[in-house]
Amino acid sequence: MYGNNQILKLEKLRKVFGGVVALDDLSFEVGTETITSVIGPNGAGKTTVFNLLSGYLQPTKGAMIYKDRSLQGEKPYKIASLGIGRTFQNVQIFPDMTVLENVMVGRHLRSRTGMLFSALIPSFLRPEEKRIREDAVRCLAFVGLEHAADTPAGSLPLGNQRMLEIARAMAIEPDLLLLDEPASGLNSRETIAMGELINRIREKRVTVMLVEHDMELVMEISDRVAVMNFGRLIAEGTPREVQENQEVISAYLGE
Amino acid sequence: MHAKDYIGFSILIGMVLVMPHLVGNDYYVGVLVFAAFNCLACIGLCLLMGYAGQISLGHGAFIAIGAYASGLLTTKMGWSPWTAMAAGAFLAMAIAFIVGIPTLRLKGHYLAMATLGFASIVHIVAVAAVDLTGGPAGVLGIPRIGLFGFSLDSDIQYYYFAWTAVVIGLYLAFNIIDSRIGRGLRAIHGSEDAASAAGVNTSVYKIQVFALSAVYASVSGSLYAYYVNYIDPGPFDVMHSILLVTMVAVGGLRHLWGAVIGALLLSLLPEMLSFAAAPLQAIGIEYKPDYDIIVYGTILLLIMLFLPEGLFAGLAAGCKSAWNLFKKILKGRPFVRE
Ligand SMILES: Nc1ncnc2c1ncn2[C@@H]1O[C@H](COP(=O)(O)OP(=O)(O)OP(=O)(O)O)[C@@H](O)[C@H]1O
Ligand SMILES: [Mg+2]
Repeated sequence: MYGNNQILKLEKLRKVFGGVVALDDLSFEVGTETITSVIGPNGAGKTTVFNLLSGYLQPTKGAMIYKDRSLQGEKPYKIASLGIGRTFQNVQIFPDMTVLENVMVGRHLRSRTGMLFSALIPSFLRPEEKRIREDAVRCLAFVGLEHAADTPAGSLPLGNQRMLEIARAMAIEPDLLLLDEPASGLNSRETIAMGELINRIREKRVTVMLVEHDMELVMEISDRVAVMNFGRLIAEGTPREVQENQEVISAYLGE
Repeated sequence: MHAKDYIGFSILIGMVLVMPHLVGNDYYVGVLVFAAFNCLACIGLCLLMGYAGQISLGHGAFIAIGAYASGLLTTKMGWSPWTAMAAGAFLAMAIAFIVGIPTLRLKGHYLAMATLGFASIVHIVAVAAVDLTGGPAGVLGIPRIGLFGFSLDSDIQYYYFAWTAVVIGLYLAFNIIDSRIGRGLRAIHGSEDAASAAGVNTSVYKIQVFALSAVYASVSGSLYAYYVNYIDPGPFDVMHSILLVTMVAVGGLRHLWGAVIGALLLSLLPEMLSFAAAPLQAIGIEYKPDYDIIVYGTILLLIMLFLPEGLFAGLAAGCKSAWNLFKKILKGRPFVRE
């Protein structure tokens, strides 16, 4: 196991956009198989943390250590292959593909067939294709979307699109899953379902890092909560500790 | 490939078999052979444009590379036509990597610019490097390609040969679309960020599919050279590259069948227009082939305005509503909304 059961460590992570300091020497750790939430006011830098972790942006300074290995300089597809999955704050699905095909894309790393073999052998004769389909169906069933398998993803309502994104991210069989505001835009019934889904993801021994504005959801399901403001970590602890923290209260009320 | 596509293949093969009997004249068989070359190039271009979402404005240059490799290696080096065609395809692929690697790593339409420049360079080389390419005089005496010892001397034999190549090319392209690689490409088109989050190495795939489309174009150029037995720089100008893009766009980017339909239609259009010339003359309008370009432009404009998804999607939607109407008529109530 990696040191101290911390799957992820951020060390003095700094990100500057032009003149804007989005992350200001941010350090914290994510325990293996926990649900760790990152909260903070708009513009605090939460999405920037995810974009650095998943390789879409490179840090100005600092280190990101995942399973005792640096993520510095890795491309997004490489980071996915290391077992880090993610969803996006503004949902990113493949609208022209069916719901099932969206999830099948997630099986990309778990299949091998190259261009030449694919070209020569029609899909119904490729055993791998059948396996990809079955695995994808299983991931869809996990989020409860199997009934919509053949509809175009773009025609799903927002709540289901967020579920679909999670199914696709789970299809890569991640060890660490980054969820960026999975409940935003969902009604209260959908939000409850989302909370249950995140719990079931943790039961699959996947570490979840959650960015979310819905405090009820965060406080209910998180093991640890990190609070950011202006790119800095202002508090870290259990949901109860954080809720009682004076600096956190003033950061939220001071808005 | 889905059941519907197999039906499409049956229709295509059926049409390929009956067309020569319908046109019944060597000249029009020749026109259909040229249509096959365009189809082949457009299938590759459609993989690039419709599925990977990248535009090449220089595919004519890859056709030229295939044609010149075949022409020069067979006449000057005495290579067999098949080996020369393979060498041309390999060269086209290598050049596609050289053009594609720096441009396709960037997001945005840098490839369109790079290929446009590349196409002009190839055309200039074809005209000016007289020692290598023969310059404006071209390459003469290119042999016909043979198949398992049979020569393909007659137009009709070459017609079947060329269209077999189209069917094979289409079959390979469909298989790629319906694989993890094809899904990766379509995913890039949908959301590049999400595709890479799912583990798709987006820049490598874009480069690979660009190289593949260059191979389609190159093979099409080789088949052209073996058919006309003489090549010069004329047909490989930048306008031809633009015409190929137009064919794919008119037929419909999003589907390989669209590329086939667009290539067929625009290849046959000059002939259709020359049919129209006689009646136009009778009413006092003189139609010159120079006007073709205006007709192309108008067609493209109309399609973009009224059928932005292309003819294929338009046809498919039309067939669907016709079928629904037919079902309603069977039920005896055609004008009731469901
Ligand atoms: N690609 C970028 N280029 C320039 N500035 C950026 C970029 N991404 C983020 N920023 C800036 O960095 C700061 C942090 O943004 P970030 O998106 O990480 O906030 P957030 O905590 O996710 O906010 P929200 O809750 O609104 O999603 C903001 O000031 C934002 O304008
Ligand atoms: Mg954000």
